[in-house]
Amino acid sequence: MKILLPALSPTMETGNLVKWLVKEGDSVVSGDILAEIETDKATMELESPDDGKVEKILVKEGTENISVNTEIALLKVDGEEIEEISEKPINKSPQVSSNSSEPLTTEVKISMNSLLNQTKENSGAKNWSEKEISMREALNQAIEEEMKLDKDVFLLGEEVAEYDGAYKVTQGLLDKFGSKRVLDTPISEHGFTGLAIGAAMAGLKPICEFMTFNFSMQAIDQIVNSAAKSLYMSGGEINVPIVFRGPNGAAARVGAQHSQCFISWFSHIPGLIVIAPSNARDAKGLLKSSIRNPNPVVFLEHELLYKEKTNVPEENDFLIPIGKGNLIKEGKDVTIIGFSMSVQRILTALPSIEKLGVSPDIIDLRSIKPLDEELIYKSVKKTNRVVIVEDGFGNTSFGSHLSYLIQSNCFDFLDSEIIKVSGKDVPMPYAENLEKLALPNTDEILSAVKKVSYIN
Amino acid sequence: MSKKNKNNFTNEQLLKFYEKMYLIRKFEEKAAQLYGAGKIGGFCHLYIGQEAVVIGILSSINSEDTVITAYRDHGHILARGVDPKLVMSELTGRKDGISKGKGGSMHMFSKANRFYGGHGIVGAQVPLGVGIGFAHKYRNEKKISRVYLGDGAMSNGQVFEAFNLASLWELPVLFIIENNKYGMGTSIGRSAAGGELYERATVFGIKGEKVDGMNFFNVSESAIRAREYIEKNSKPYIIEMDTYRFRGHSMSDPGLYRTKDEVNKMKEIDPVLMMKETLLNDYKIQEDTIKDIESDIKKKIKDIEKFSLESPLPDLKELYTEVYL
Repeated sequence: MKILLPALSPTMETGNLVKWLVKEGDSVVSGDILAEIETDKATMELESPDDGKVEKILVKEGTENISVNTEIALLKVDGEEIEEISEKPINKSPQVSSNSSEPLTTEVKISMNSLLNQTKENSGAKNWSEKEISMREALNQAIEEEMKLDKDVFLLGEEVAEYDGAYKVTQGLLDKFGSKRVLDTPISEHGFTGLAIGAAMAGLKPICEFMTFNFSMQAIDQIVNSAAKSLYMSGGEINVPIVFRGPNGAAARVGAQHSQCFISWFSHIPGLIVIAPSNARDAKGLLKSSIRNPNPVVFLEHELLYKEKTNVPEENDFLIPIGKGNLIKEGKDVTIIGFSMSVQRILTALPSIEKLGVSPDIIDLRSIKPLDEELIYKSVKKTNRVVIVEDGFGNTSFGSHLSYLIQSNCFDFLDSEIIKVSGKDVPMPYAENLEKLALPNTDEILSAVKKVSYIN
Repeated sequence: MSKKNKNNFTNEQLLKFYEKMYLIRKFEEKAAQLYGAGKIGGFCHLYIGQEAVVIGILSSINSEDTVITAYRDHGHILARGVDPKLVMSELTGRKDGISKGKGGSMHMFSKANRFYGGHGIVGAQVPLGVGIGFAHKYRNEKKISRVYLGDGAMSNGQVFEAFNLASLWELPVLFIIENNKYGMGTSIGRSAAGGELYERATVFGIKGEKVDGMNFFNVSESAIRAREYIEKNSKPYIIEMDTYRFRGHSMSDPGLYRTKDEVNKMKEIDPVLMMKETLLNDYKIQEDTIKDIESDIKKKIKDIEKFSLESPLPDLKELYTEVYL
């Protein structure tokens, strides 16, 4: 019987074999622990699926980045030979578009990093030492550095402390700062969000983690009515220096209630700042700026970006200003605008776009509110064509508002309609092919670029 | 009904408390008049009938302690010592309002006076107040966060989340239920199942009691008992105040859900009049002394009214200020 590396989280693509707990020749019974596997979120135990003898270990301990479903050991099962059941091959590509939203390739990751290196003046360039780290580590560094700098900063949320964070973003912080400043809450969003806002009103600077922003809906009243409006209602007397953060948008096949982008919801509200970084470097610089900001900040991360790496300065003073977008690639023919995950989708489509002979300006908004209108209009006035890519539902979306702003500020410069590639207006389906269809994909971005460029 | 002064307040102190209760009463009566005259708009929830609660609690408060409440907040901000002129100017929506005319009746705050609002969403102030208590503990401040809520809020889910957190994290919070028997037009019997409201907090390990909220002395005693408990045990406490509002839920409430007889019967235990009688009869305070206080307040109310109507409307540029800091 083949022992395969299992997928131990919805987003796991590869894992590390930390340790074998058995050796060749050992007898095991079903449920015995065979090995420790490190996933993108945690270290998990791999149990024996049956009674038998470990015949062969195929992957040595310490091996990293083993793809899911790789054979890692052979188990000789007691008694009869177990017939291997081979799964019917499933055509995993969506039927409508063959080319859509493939997993991020190494090429894309490298290009994100190199693009950032080319646009360093917008990404906090100084002669600081930099290290290539994941967005998860970058966020962790940002929180740690700011907590060291300011004792009023504290962190609360579900599983942020003893569990090390549901997505490992807060890993190790409990050990560094203690349970007074890193607090596990009950599953009680409405209550602990209100508590955090109250603490902010009294002068503390909470970082309030939502395990996912889907759960922030339980607390939306507190965010909208208490956090966003108090400064105004009090005539400037009460400010609320708080950061609400956590993953937003669709991860991977976690279904409708756990896969939604809330950028349009929060950016609708006066008094909230809304941030949605696409890469590790921006995530760190913007989270640090957000923690230092005296206003309520909704900081929307993306689970699929947590593992993505870029160069990130290791420096307390590394800040990326809120309200500044980044022209990550300079071209001349069309302005393509994205934020958070949709920037990655644009970069995935980029080689195909360039094959058309189209050289795009690519803008990563980074800040949704305040919005870097100057950067957008400058680019649009140059290219005269606009494509907006967003993961959220298209209906009354942030992209809709953005296209309104562009047409009213750049009307005389536009040579084409503005096209918005949005998430489909359906609850997120579970099936792999349908989920891909529901999100913006390369084909859609490509056909939008063609259409605004009058290419058949 | 206890009328003894177990708390050893001096006559002078007691007169100060009476003065505040009388101020709230007269302030609210004036607010009702100004509302009727179209000078105050929107919602306006009067505190008339509940004065003994806020002033009784006040008698236990250190000046550094914090207070938060919902939308029936005029009495609370006045008790906290904010200039009534600024409060009335907020009601009239003027430039000199405590929130510069941008908050209105339900949204008034004063950090200097440790008053954190003034919140319009039923129940929302409760987690916020627990958060203020969290900040006190975090900073090792010897302060208590006083969180007021109505009987209506006691059926709102976040309130129970807040009880749980306050007890779990042992926060210095005093919850005060102002049970005035009606959540808007719905009587408590039609909205809350089970026994006493404060008992709903005791399941989270929060100790508490129910008190006659129409009597200043009873409220004061329980508030001081609560303060001592919180200071000694570093745990939250809850008091349910049996009280009554003599006016409607808001100014636009026709009051069809209760009888005139019921209201008149409750007016026989008017907390302001009872306090006055106690001062006259039990403390042998001269009637003239009290009359002087009252006429002084009445004079002040005229000034307050004048100020609040003469203050200009907010500058139009204020529309876009204070959205962000």
